[in-house]
Amino acid sequence: MDVLGRYRNLIVLVGVLFAQVLGLAVQVKRTTDSESTRLIRVWAVGTITPLEKALVWVQTSTSYVWHNYFYLRGVRAENRSLKQEIEQMRLQQVRMSQDADQAHRLQALLAFKEQFISQTMAAQVIGGSGSEQSRSVFIDKGYADGIRPDMAVITADGVVGKIWHADPLNRHVAQVLLIDDQSSGVGGILDKSRLQGIVRGTPSGEVVLEKVMSDETVPAGEVVLTSGGDGIFPKGLLVGHVTKVAPGSELFLNIRLRPAANLNKLEEVLVVTKIDQRQAQPDQAGPARAVDILAERLPTVPPKPESTEKPAEKTAGGETAAPKTGTNLAKPPGAAASAAPDSANKPNVAPKLTPKVAPPQASANGSAATTNPTKTPSAPRPLTTTPPAAGQATATTPAPKPVKAATTPKPQTTVEDAPH
Amino acid sequence: MPLTNVAITYTSGEQVEVYRFSLPATILIPLTAVFLQAWLPLHFSFFNIFDLPLLVTIGFATARRNPLAGLFTGAAIGILQDALTHQPIGLYGISKTVVGFGASSLGIKLDVENAGARFLLTIFFYGVHEVVRFSIARGLVGLHIAWSWPHELISGVANAILGVFVFMLLDRVKQRT
Repeated sequence: MDVLGRYRNLIVLVGVLFAQVLGLAVQVKRTTDSESTRLIRVWAVGTITPLEKALVWVQTSTSYVWHNYFYLRGVRAENRSLKQEIEQMRLQQVRMSQDADQAHRLQALLAFKEQFISQTMAAQVIGGSGSEQSRSVFIDKGYADGIRPDMAVITADGVVGKIWHADPLNRHVAQVLLIDDQSSGVGGILDKSRLQGIVRGTPSGEVVLEKVMSDETVPAGEVVLTSGGDGIFPKGLLVGHVTKVAPGSELFLNIRLRPAANLNKLEEVLVVTKIDQRQAQPDQAGPARAVDILAERLPTVPPKPESTEKPAEKTAGGETAAPKTGTNLAKPPGAAASAAPDSANKPNVAPKLTPKVAPPQASANGSAATTNPTKTPSAPRPLTTTPPAAGQATATTPAPKPVKAATTPKPQTTVEDAPH
Repeated sequence: MPLTNVAITYTSGEQVEVYRFSLPATILIPLTAVFLQAWLPLHFSFFNIFDLPLLVTIGFATARRNPLAGLFTGAAIGILQDALTHQPIGLYGISKTVVGFGASSLGIKLDVENAGARFLLTIFFYGVHEVVRFSIARGLVGLHIAWSWPHELISGVANAILGVFVFMLLDRVKQRT
């Protein structure tokens, strides 16, 4: 009895430690939270997050009042420059929507299944985990708002992570596991080389792309997108850029990434609450032939100016012949339609342009295909065309699409594979 | 005062002062520490190197000088900290239990009222905390936690400097028994 009294403190210490080690061992064995640990988390989150929400509310309100009522310096100038920017973007939108339509028709020919982010929910980051080893944040939307585990979380810049905990007991709080945590994993694909791998976090908080064979060449600066293979993130979302490539272990490259989203300064995020997957449908009524689509993309030269230069070679139909280099030149509206039947009959032009479907970059910005004869050149479009109203331009887009997702047919797929 | 001249005096149990904290302080101070630890790094990423709950654990333990109170306070603060992570509950709990027990046991033996002693004590217990946590994470949970000596050294010193100020704040709310 005397011995117990003398070593009482030590015995209690051993008992408390033993209980915690036992609890830890049970948690490691189980894949999901038990009721007791779940309750501890619920209580802790329920205690801490209201304080965080209150502080964030005060911070946001103060910032709102300051920026909207007091600090309005330079707003007029900014407004003017934004209007100019909108004008530029409208012009760009016209061109890109036509490219998107064309890509859409090609996807339909290839029976390509598209993924659309059809519903998102904006949420505010209210707190972190407080540990360097657990890279996660809490958001002010939870189970009651329709948030469920494994939903993708993104920002306008790129992928942030996925929902880890969304408990019915903490109705308006959810925990997001960031992509730089060591237990996270995102299916990634290199934009240009189309090599696939797994984007993971490291214990030191870096982001790496794993499982890319060491005999591949990956340049620094290359863009990494989501591959869609993980079943969580839709295909084509921006993950980050390659910063460093080094030989790794087990025949794989050690590729380090800089995340596109600033994971250290997260304030507002979007939770992808619904993803639609459907097969692409051609917009036009009748079935499109691959040769027609390719013919539309044939480059032509602009109307000949009144000059004294040597006249260009004339085709049988009286049209100006397209240069063989595939240079992206502007043409007047309606020229593509008139050029299509002619080009379809030319045996020496169509095969040259058929081998590959244009990669997403080519169709997205309309410039990448101008120097590569193996790729389909972008359809030249005059930028001076009067832009239609915003609603008119977006009406051709079937649904909000993930970044680049809609224009990413596999580059290896040939048009010949498509059903005619 | 230069660190080399820090007076760490051996005192008997009867000589040391024992303090206590009011119930609101006992509850609110650890909660505030955990809250700030979760909130501040979002806005100031450098704050990740600090461990405010650890400093509060050491501060409470050395002031109370009661090993049982120290270990239970450490366990509670650690488990609360664990609950906010996505990792198994117990990593911070176990390490802070050990620190709470050790700091209060040492508090009985040493005079930890001056800044120099507190500085050294915090560095020492920061090291103990990290070693215990690293061992459990690696050995029991199977987590790959990066161990970097420079990082741990800088964090230890940074926590010790902050600890001196945190202990000064705690001095204001502690009450003599």
